[in-house]
Amino acid sequence: MSTYAPPQEQTAQAQHDPADVYGLMAEFDNQEDLMKACANARDAGYKTMDAYTPVPIHGLTDALGWDDNSVQRIVFCCALVGMSLGFGLMYMITMVWYPMNVGGRPNFSWPAFVPPTFETTILLSAFGAVFGMLAMNGLPSPYHPVFNNPRFIMASSDRFFLCIEAEDPKFDLANTRKFLEAQHPAEVVAVEN
Amino acid sequence: MPPVKIEHADVVLVQRHSNTTVTDKIAGVVLWSPTPKQWFVIIAIAFMVLQLLPFSLGNLVVQGIGLWGINSPVGWGFDIINFVWWIGIGHAGTLISAVLLLFRQEWRMAIARFAEAMTIFAVMCAGLYPVFHTGRPWLAYWLLPYPNTMALWPQPRSPLVWDVFAVSTYATVSILFWYVGLIPDLATMRDRAKGFGKYIYGFLALGWRGSAKHWHRYETASLLLAGLSTPLVLSVHSIVSFDFATGLIPGWHTTVFPPYFVAGAVFAGFAMVLTLAIPVRKWYGLEDFITDRHLENMAKVMFATGMIVCYGYFLEVFMAWYSGNEYEWAMLMNRVKGPYAAMYWALWICNGLSIQILWFKWARRSTTVLFIVSQFVSVGMWLERFVIIPMSIHRDFIPASWGMYYPTVFDWGTFIGSMGFFTFLMFLFIRGLPMISMFEIRTLVKRPAEANH
Repeated sequence: MSTYAPPQEQTAQAQHDPADVYGLMAEFDNQEDLMKACANARDAGYKTMDAYTPVPIHGLTDALGWDDNSVQRIVFCCALVGMSLGFGLMYMITMVWYPMNVGGRPNFSWPAFVPPTFETTILLSAFGAVFGMLAMNGLPSPYHPVFNNPRFIMASSDRFFLCIEAEDPKFDLANTRKFLEAQHPAEVVAVEN
Repeated sequence: MPPVKIEHADVVLVQRHSNTTVTDKIAGVVLWSPTPKQWFVIIAIAFMVLQLLPFSLGNLVVQGIGLWGINSPVGWGFDIINFVWWIGIGHAGTLISAVLLLFRQEWRMAIARFAEAMTIFAVMCAGLYPVFHTGRPWLAYWLLPYPNTMALWPQPRSPLVWDVFAVSTYATVSILFWYVGLIPDLATMRDRAKGFGKYIYGFLALGWRGSAKHWHRYETASLLLAGLSTPLVLSVHSIVSFDFATGLIPGWHTTVFPPYFVAGAVFAGFAMVLTLAIPVRKWYGLEDFITDRHLENMAKVMFATGMIVCYGYFLEVFMAWYSGNEYEWAMLMNRVKGPYAAMYWALWICNGLSIQILWFKWARRSTTVLFIVSQFVSVGMWLERFVIIPMSIHRDFIPASWGMYYPTVFDWGTFIGSMGFFTFLMFLFIRGLPMISMFEIRTLVKRPAEANH
């Protein structure tokens, strides 16, 4: 089948300078274990952490104790801007910049402006959804410490990762590692910045 | 390649896959599996056919649109027929990816990527026609509202101006939707590719790392895009139909046009998805992902929209009689027994008669039958636009102004060339990008924990 071979498991753990550690990363081979680990980490008081999965998993952000509706807000604002710009453009063209008598109809024949206004609303909303999502996610991001785990390339195919970050106030290299190892991971690795 | 035995044709994914094998199979098509020889044959033919496009359009730009068969009274010929035909074909992609997403139809996932690519390439082909129909394509930007030294502005009470807004929005949103859907799969490709491909996929994947927080916003954005695309796709073909319906010509001036055009667009689009999906599935051995259930569901949608289209044809006949309008009646008689009557009857055979076989389940499950019916539908939907556009304007109110329309070799060259262009782009896409959405198929994989329930 595939000519692709996953990298070997890391057997020996290198010693890390705590100042260089981005976080501790646990690898799971199924999403149920990951979900349980996330919920346990949240209940244990960890806050600055993220999970990495090859599929969108519903409820995973709840398990991480995290929620966000920034994309919805951005799209709503963009829709209003798109609508105003579209209708404003039609208004300015027909009333100010180029008034023209078409079959004796009023210059401000607003029902005819609805289709273009609708299209500009959709266009700006779609821009908001796509670029808003990317911006809030901090993408494009050419570098991220999680990629320093050589096994992380499996996160886009069939492995599930939980990374508790060093910035978390409760983070402690030894204790957090002990906590993660109790969650039945395949492996726990410290990733460097 | 040995034939793949399908165990459960009724499922949306044959359940012998894990996340790993899904990745291996679909990414492998691009990255390491041998390319089937049919791919080389098709892309070579498509590339040769595509050469008709620079030939016919190059001549057109140099010599002017007098090379086309359009004349007075028939000012809209192949250029507008093909514009509407291609736009319509594109609509299936948006329907599959947006409308079926809102309805949470799981069978959407395996064909959505493919159909969305089809949408983009079909809209690109469609866009060629109005641009070159302007006669001076280098001035096509005059269609857009922008401040200029001539102090001229488009006239926004015209459906032709609405069309500019609708089609450009549609093209932009389709590309965005498609690209957003690709990002997680591009990350998979980045992580699996070797050599230079790694950098290309890596660049395009924008550093996607599958973070739960990213997925959360990503799913929100996808859902919102689907919600935005659904009214958008309905509006686009409605507005295309307004180009005709707001005219006073008998055969155009009809209120049934918007729903009838939208149904016709979906009808033609599903026919094109089937035309491409049936051979590609076989050549690449993707029967596990695109099962017979997918084909049957597409056949059902095609059949239902086809019947709506036939209702539109009946209604046109009925209204010609019921309105008591002598011009409407003359238009109908011209269709039935005028100089182009053969095309009107061919339309009924292709779009009305040929799809009746889809009443039978065995026909909806037979790739041969579906492929043949799809060809009839593609031809039929092209004929429908011919019947509506030149056949309505070639004989209007005053017999003194009647005329005939005959396409020239440049009309045919542009049309056939655009088909080559479309096929060429489709097959390039199949070779270079994952044609099935891997991350969505992974959500269909039955997990051991679920199997115990």
